[in-house]
Amino acid sequence: MSILIDETSKVLVQGFTGDKATFHAREMIAYGTNIVGGVTPGKGGATHLDRPVFNTVKEAVRETGATTSIIFVPAAFCADSIMEAADAGIRFIVTITDGIPAQDMMMVKRYLFRFPKDRRSTLVGPNCAGVISPGKAMLGIMPGHIYMRGKVGLVTRSGTLGYEAASQMKDLGIGITTSVGIGGDPINGSSFLDHLKLFEQDPETEAVFIIGEIGGPQEAEAALFAKENMTKPVIGYVAGLTAPKGRRMGHAGAIISAFGDTAAEKAEMMRSAGLTVAPSAAELGSTVKAALANHRPRTTVAR
Amino acid sequence: MDIHEYQAKELLAGFGVAIPRGGVAYSPEQAVYRASEIGGSRWAVKAQIHSGARGKAGGIKLCNNEDEVRGAAKALLGKRLVTHQTGPEGRVVHRLYVEAAVPIEREIYLGLVLDRKSERIMVVASAQGGMEIEEIARNSPDTIVREVVEPAVGMTAFQAREIAFGLGLTPAQVSRAVTTLLGAYRAFRDLDATMVEINPLVVTADGQLLALDCKMTFDDNAMFRRPNVSELRDYAEEDPREAQAAEHGLNYVALDGNIGCIINGAGLAMATMDMIKHAGGSPANFLDVGGGASPDRVAAAFRLVLSDSNIKAMLVNIFAGINRCDWVAQGVVQATRETDLQIPLVVRLAGTNVEEGRRILKESGLPIITADTLSEAAERVVAALKTSRGDGQP
Repeated sequence: MSILIDETSKVLVQGFTGDKATFHAREMIAYGTNIVGGVTPGKGGATHLDRPVFNTVKEAVRETGATTSIIFVPAAFCADSIMEAADAGIRFIVTITDGIPAQDMMMVKRYLFRFPKDRRSTLVGPNCAGVISPGKAMLGIMPGHIYMRGKVGLVTRSGTLGYEAASQMKDLGIGITTSVGIGGDPINGSSFLDHLKLFEQDPETEAVFIIGEIGGPQEAEAALFAKENMTKPVIGYVAGLTAPKGRRMGHAGAIISAFGDTAAEKAEMMRSAGLTVAPSAAELGSTVKAALANHRPRTTVAR
Repeated sequence: MDIHEYQAKELLAGFGVAIPRGGVAYSPEQAVYRASEIGGSRWAVKAQIHSGARGKAGGIKLCNNEDEVRGAAKALLGKRLVTHQTGPEGRVVHRLYVEAAVPIEREIYLGLVLDRKSERIMVVASAQGGMEIEEIARNSPDTIVREVVEPAVGMTAFQAREIAFGLGLTPAQVSRAVTTLLGAYRAFRDLDATMVEINPLVVTADGQLLALDCKMTFDDNAMFRRPNVSELRDYAEEDPREAQAAEHGLNYVALDGNIGCIINGAGLAMATMDMIKHAGGSPANFLDVGGGASPDRVAAAFRLVLSDSNIKAMLVNIFAGINRCDWVAQGVVQATRETDLQIPLVVRLAGTNVEEGRRILKESGLPIITADTLSEAAERVVAALKTSRGDGQP
């Protein structure tokens, strides 16, 4: 199994007819993702990439039965598109768009929580590379060929650092159940912790690798959760040891402004929670390999 | 984006926050004029740079007559102020704010932040104002009052009252504090701030509440819809290379090392800087060229990084997803020729079209050092730096 998406997921592309969305929709279709249509307000009735275009998400859901969407809508209008998807009953939303105002995301999170749990949407992103279940479906902008199907769950803030991890793992013969990019913004749709929960329940996933960076409390929260609730080994890495305080390092959320925001503090919190921490970005794959090798005998004894 | 104290005060005053009378000045004569306009017999002449802790650095002078105001303005304008927030290079003072000095009874700390844990706007207040919040949190954490605001409703009057009573204010002062708190919250929300700090908020001898120092930081991602805020941007306060980077859609942060970095993706850029350090080197900058790095963009990144005179070697690390390695390689070759690069250059390419990219580098005939992995890249650039130093290069 995998989490969040597989080859059966019916996917809509919001902002379908834009250049970026068109380019990546083509790539996703080629990978095997079941894209059933798209939404561009005002272009309803047209056909794009051999798929129908709708004016509203509601209409698209009604006509196609889609349960999943990927959003490429420009930042200024993106929060509205996320809420439209949630309202239309889309259960899993991936938002690629970078540059959404933080207060818009605050409202989006508030809006998502107005729905009862049994019909609430899971949001991944914004400002992320998306989600891929290797060999099954790709919902994002990543190069699909660097991911190998396997048994490790991967959650990363950064897109390219996630690629680096996936490719180091592939070189060592370690595959991935699902890779989730939660994004580099200060307010994310879902957190490391949300995905640790899903991976813990996924029978195919044997270990989880979380790759964080400076800024925000999420890595520490995830480490604490792993310590108290996870039976599977969790491996961690935090980028930004050399980042200066108070400077925004590319990502809107990558800034050291409070206690616990530095890479050293986060890595220490991970270690003290029992996570295996990769000592450098060159040892992402090898650290996962060692953690998998160490864990196997223990699992057998414990069960 | 940061703004000056006087700009923050003007914005907050528009939302009902009471401030002392004051005015901006660009010359000693103007400072004296402002003082006479304000009236009274005691003024503060305050250097306007984007930094706190200006008082300790000698950037705020109390004056009792016009001559003192003129003297203070002369001394401050053009002066380089160094605080722990500006770094050792400090900031040159180009603007002053002249303000009526007020008799202070107590000092309160008031801050509003975008809290990443609750993902909401949080008010942080303390009866121990005048110190930085980190200091208050260390020395007297019990004095800190916190309230998280529900975004769909906004800050409520009862929350503001709870904070005000929590600070030990008298009933008459509480109603003024409620006006201040609700005003600061509305300014935060309506102007897309990420931080509003009033420190100190003072209670004057006659029981008024005045914002004596203010700082506001704004969400860069929201400035497209806040033209009245974005026009307050002061380019003199910014590193010119960072401003230049922004024009080319590049994310650049100057650091103090000597290995220039060009990388795609913020996370990989940070991780690569960490690798350089790990290998015994020191990164000169953070630079994210972003997705779809065209040859022109790579060339712009080269020029930008090389404009730092400390650079002794360069590292390009690209993991191509949307990017294609062949494209990046063309950009690297073009930029190396254009800039007539004289320092060692290490290039590591991975991802889409990697073989083609490596072939282009090799066939260029340029002395480019290539690396296949992240660790090789970091080790080779640090080694190249040492060798080039051995050759007696500056």
